[in-house]
Amino acid sequence: MDGPPATPPAPKAPTLGNALHRFANPGRFMRLSGALLPWLAAAGLALSVTGLAWGLVFAPRDWQQGDTVRIMFIHVPAAWMAMGGYVGLAVASFIGLVWRHPLADIAAREIAPVGAVFTAICLITGSLWGKPMWGTWWVWDARLTSVLVLFFLYVGHIALSNAFDDPERAARPAAILALIGAVNLPIIKFSVDWWNTLHQPASVTRLGAPGIHVDILQPLLVTGLGFLFVFAALALLRTRTGILERRARALMAARAAEPAATPSAVAV
Amino acid sequence: MDASFWAMGGHAAFVWPSYAIGVGLILALAILSWRGYAAARDAVARLEADNPRRRRGGER
Repeated sequence: MDGPPATPPAPKAPTLGNALHRFANPGRFMRLSGALLPWLAAAGLALSVTGLAWGLVFAPRDWQQGDTVRIMFIHVPAAWMAMGGYVGLAVASFIGLVWRHPLADIAAREIAPVGAVFTAICLITGSLWGKPMWGTWWVWDARLTSVLVLFFLYVGHIALSNAFDDPERAARPAAILALIGAVNLPIIKFSVDWWNTLHQPASVTRLGAPGIHVDILQPLLVTGLGFLFVFAALALLRTRTGILERRARALMAARAAEPAATPSAVAV
Repeated sequence: MDASFWAMGGHAAFVWPSYAIGVGLILALAILSWRGYAAARDAVARLEADNPRRRRGGER
């Protein structure tokens, strides 16, 4: 007796997790990132050089700060990347924790050094700007201190990621650190509003019109876009490196697991 | 470029180091990242050459 015709299984509803796994397949990622990387790097280089040269040579000097305002063209985009990079680190860590996707773990691990370098640039150039304008290299005000904490969070993430022999085991504690550290981001952003700081309040992202003249704002935005592409290119390149290193570890483990040829077997 | 440009209104000691350190750090990171990538790529190529059965297409 034939039973009722079997109904085909209902197709799985697409979920965010499924989509992430499909698009974050390492092989597909390597192909897509390999095609994207040269364009990102070229655009980042061209825009960064244009914006920095524009700010350095052609932008007018500030009526109060004089030529020291030119430090802004490297300090502010670096600060944007420092904070934006940490958002990327936190998002990758969240995806790695929730969906346990290895690519997200690798991306988080490789974003951290790039973010740390841009944060260091922000801190150093800020100090070089602070000395002529404030009369001091450093002050423990809320904005400067919270950005220093951001730098330590990046360094802590790098240290934790490298603290285990097996990088895959380090991903979970590093992701938890990254997510806890994300609470620092609104503190950095609003520190100049919540506390009385030596650092000036937001000028570019102020509600209404930006508090910067358009002749200074334009090269700042060009450099910011250039730094964004440079950051993305470096993060992509390093993530590709992480995938290749993982592949190399897998190949070495497979080779170590293969039975060694005995002398008699070789003779036969 | 005239001398006043290089003097940066008397703030050359702050403006030029900012650019030198910023650009220098990004360049150093780019060079180190590329060298790490090249080393990993070569290592995988060597290991796959040792064991062609495990060769995987599309990961480069």
